[in-house]
Parts: sequence; structure tokens; C-alpha cells
Amino acid sequence: MRGKIGFFRWFIGFFLLFLYAPAMLLPIFAFNASSIVSFPLTGFTTEWFLVLFTNETLHLAARNSLLIAITTAIFSTLLAVLAARASTRFSFFGRRSIMGFVMLPMVLPEIIIGVSLLVVIIQMGFELSLWSITMGHILICTPFCIAILSSAFMNLDKSLEEASFDLGQTRWNTFWLVIFPLVMPGIVASLLIAFTISLDEFIIAFFLAGTEPTLPVYIWGQLRFPAKLPSLMALGTVLLLVSIGLLLIADYFRRRGIRKTGIENTGGFL
Amino acid sequence: MTLPIIRLSGLDKFYGEFQALSQINLDIKTGEFFSLLGPSGCGKTTLLRAIAGFETLSSGSLQIDGLSMEGVPANKRPTNMVFQSYAIFPHMSVAENVAYGLKARKLPKVEIKARVAEAIDMVGLQGFDERASHALSGGQRQRVALARALVLKPRVLLLDEPLSALDKKLREQMQSELRRLQRAVGITFVLVTHDQEEALTMSDRIAVMFDGKIAQVASPQILYGKPSTRKVAAFIGMMNFLDAKVLAASGDNVEVEVQSLGKLTLSLEQATGGLNGCDSVGVRPEMLTILTGSQTSEREIEAEVTEVSYYGDMTYYDVKFPSKEDPITVTMRNTAGREVLEVGAKARVGWSTSSLLLLK
Repeated sequence: MRGKIGFFRWFIGFFLLFLYAPAMLLPIFAFNASSIVSFPLTGFTTEWFLVLFTNETLHLAARNSLLIAITTAIFSTLLAVLAARASTRFSFFGRRSIMGFVMLPMVLPEIIIGVSLLVVIIQMGFELSLWSITMGHILICTPFCIAILSSAFMNLDKSLEEASFDLGQTRWNTFWLVIFPLVMPGIVASLLIAFTISLDEFIIAFFLAGTEPTLPVYIWGQLRFPAKLPSLMALGTVLLLVSIGLLLIADYFRRRGIRKTGIENTGGFL
Repeated sequence: MTLPIIRLSGLDKFYGEFQALSQINLDIKTGEFFSLLGPSGCGKTTLLRAIAGFETLSSGSLQIDGLSMEGVPANKRPTNMVFQSYAIFPHMSVAENVAYGLKARKLPKVEIKARVAEAIDMVGLQGFDERASHALSGGQRQRVALARALVLKPRVLLLDEPLSALDKKLREQMQSELRRLQRAVGITFVLVTHDQEEALTMSDRIAVMFDGKIAQVASPQILYGKPSTRKVAAFIGMMNFLDAKVLAASGDNVEVEVQSLGKLTLSLEQATGGLNGCDSVGVRPEMLTILTGSQTSEREIEAEVTEVSYYGDMTYYDVKFPSKEDPITVTMRNTAGREVLEVGAKARVGWSTSSLLLLK
């Protein structure tokens, strides 16, 4: 019995170490004074962060990424609201299989999606641009948004809608006065998740990028130059903090939504 | 004298092949407390939702206040509903919930405020106006749901099993309160319930439903005292049944041969659902007496006690009649000095021919 518990303690310890130690190296080397990424550490500096402020190409890539991430978040959430609403409230022919196909990109290898989108876009004679990346991102983000929003819509008691209608309100106003405020936390969570996924997505962006790279594509390009490595560490640190921050905010809204509708909290990422 | 507030005629409702309601004909009078009573799946909730406008009819007509409701959506009907789950808007305060329907009607703010305050008072929630609705107890939610519907002064208030989620004590309290409220506002209440006791204590009239059909519509006393079929009799309260065979009928008298009790002459009135097809005789447990000492009764029969359930104020006996397999239940009030019999004891059961019902 004791031996077993000991084993699991070690197992969990190593598991967490392997999971987080590499990410922890990012901030460590981001503040290291040496331009060579290796131990021992030589001293503390914020130089690498300052480099980020003056790099024009980086700014352009960051701007591209933000543009794509915001557009993706809005469109994926919009599509997901419609899909989640339809699949939870109405029953129609082939609902299960349609939802299955909609959710499929979640498990499809991104490289397959990337390659096939590239072939289709080239064949149709379109230019590769930020738009092509955005469309690819919407495709892979929408299933995640649907998963989040489906549970938000499912938790909604149908009689709330009926009550609103019964009390003399129109269907349109019922949506804005009752349904929307109650699924709002789900919508916020969905926006943030889609934003986060799109922001650091590499494979599709790599395949579909024209002349304008996104942030992850830019980072990948810079890896060829060892001298740039410490500033990439600094950039990675910033991205890590932004991602964790967004996930925390998303989960906060999810929990608040659950509290509002008065349902026991089950699961969630944090 | 007045027109019925609700008139249902020839109403059918199909879900695919399944017929949820069949040929419902029903008039509900203005200002009455009307209950739809039946086991789950009998169509009572479907009927209520059809009146509210949440279900479309397959055929037949529905009139409210003399107007056909065909094509009239729920938000344009003069009815309001109290939902089984109460459906209190969780993101709004008590006052905002109550004001919801008034705001939909775009009434002036001053009037909304006054009417909301009045409605909150009426259901006894003074001081709870600003309370968040998720911080309310079950009973309080129920009151908010009532206030929210009644504040609109509907012609008909529809209640879908409003008390089923409450515990027994609170349920009994809310029963009398609902009754009081209904008398005070004078609005027609239509209540759906599967609880026969609830229906009996609250209603002016009750419609008993089985399998999408209305079996009987009557006042609580008539429903209990003169149920029209064996099924209704068994659903409302307890009823003992004995096999019976109609031998002859002449004028007002019916000659019957009853299991254990022998040949009897009953009055035609005792065949509450008509004489056709009658094959059993029913008698309520409280109409039978276990005779002690020198007590006598119009008729007597020897029986053996097979089960005793003591309830404090009452004792429920199961007794075995000669030539009948199933036990007969007799309930006795435990008055002073009355001895509780034990299992296996011989008992003289007193009965009278007038307490029997001839049923099909």
C-alpha cells in the first residue's frame, strides 16, 4: 500500500516536471544576460524585452496575429452560437451526424487540414493572404466554441424562454433579454478560447501564409539565427503570460455563468 | 349565466402516431378554480400547454373569453402560466422578474412600479424586491412566479404542477394560500396536478383524465362520492371493489348479485355511470365499520383481519371477506375506548346498501 502511494507521488511529480519545466525555462533565459541559451546563468537583464520593442517585423507579425485572432474569435463564436442553439433547442433530420461533421476538425490532424486547404485555395485561384489563414482558423476554432456554447445553451431551462414569451414578450426580445444574458459568460469564454487557439496556431498559418507571417510563423523563422534566441525567449514569456491570463479569464466567465444559472460546477479546465 | 372563460371542443393532439389528447370537450367557468387531474402521461400538461399556446392543436377548437385562439401565439393570449420549474429569470431580481411582463407591455414606469409593489405584497414577499432570484427558497420562487403572472391580471392563470417541488408542510401551506389568492383576485385558475388530495382540497371542479381523454368532470364531492367509472373511483381516494352481476332492472330498482354480499336491491342512482356494462360494486373504506360488542348495523358480514396499519388517529384494516381473494380495506377512527384489533382476529363488518356504488 505504502509503496503504491509512493509510486504515484513520484509519477505525478515527474509528470508535472516534464509538463512545465520546459515552459519555465522560457522566463529564466529571457532574463539571462548571456546571448547563449545554456546554463549556468550569467546575470540578470531586461535587454531582450527591450529588443522586442524595436523590432518592426515582429510588430507586423504580432499585428497580423492579433487581427486574425480577433476576426477568428468573432466569426467562430458567431457560427458556434447558431450551431449550439440549433443543436440544443431544435431537433431536425440528421442532427447528430451534422453535429458530428461540424466537430470533426477538432480531432483531424492540423497538417491534413493545412495541406488540403492550401490545395483548395490554390486550385480555386485565390491568393494566400491573412484571409486564408483566418478561414483556416475559423474552421479549427469553431468546434471548440461549439463545445463551450452547447453546454451554455444546454444548461438553459427551456421554460425560461416559454415564460418570457408567455409574459407577452416577443421571440426576438426574449433572445436579447433572457437567453443572451444567460449564455453571455459562455460567449465570452468562447471568444477567448478561439482567440487563444488562433493566436499561437502554427501549422495552418505556416501553410496558408502568403507574404505576411503571423507571430508563430515569424518565431519559427527566427529560430535559424542563434543570436535571436534570447529575445524569442522573452517573446515566448510574454505569450505564455497572455495565454494563461486569457484562459483564466475564460474560466472565470464560465464559472460565473454556471453560478448564474444555478447549476453545480462540473469540470472545467482550472 | 355567463359564458365559459375557456371552451374546448373536439380537441385532438397527435405527436406523430401517438395521440396525446383525444376529443377533449370542456367548458371552464369564469372565476372558478379548475383542476386537471390524472396520472403522469395522461395528457393533462399537454392540455394546459395547448391552452397557453405552447402546443398547436391537431384538430378541434379552443376559445378563450369567446375568442378563437387559432393562430394566436402564447404572447398574445389572455393567459399566464406558472411553470413547474417556476422559470424565474436567474439574472434578475424579484422586482425585475415581476415587472418583466409589464415592461413588455410598455406601461408607464410609475404604473409598473405601483403594480409590482402591489403584486409582491399580495404574495407576501414584502422586502424581497431587490433580492437576487437565485437566493430564494423553493416557496419564495413559487411566490415570485405567482406574482409575475398575476401582476398582468390575466383572464386565466395556468398552473403546471406548481406545488410538486415543495416539501409536504410547505405544499399544504401553499395549497390554502393559492386558494385564498384565487378568491381574492377572482381570476380563473386552471391547475394541473397528479395529486388527488391537492385537487380535492383546492378545486371548485376537477377534470379527471386518463390516456388523453377526460373521464369525468365534477365537483370534488361528486367526484369522490359518485365517481362515474371504476377507474376514476380507484384514482380518487381508496375504493374496495367486489364483483357484481346485474340480474334485473325495473323502474328505479336494480337487482344485483354481489360477491360475498349476495343478492341485493340497489337504486338506479347508485349506478353512477349508467347501468350499461356494470360489473362491480365499489365501497369506500370509511363506509364500512368494524362492529364491537353489541353494536349493530343495517347489514353485517363476518370477516377475518389480515393486516393492521395504525396511523394514530386512524387504523387501516385489511379484512378478508368469505369467497373473496383480495382483502377489503376498512378505515376506523380511533375514538376513545375503541380497541385496535390484531391480525387474525374475527371481525363483524357492518355495511349498508346505500353506500355501495354500481360501477363499470
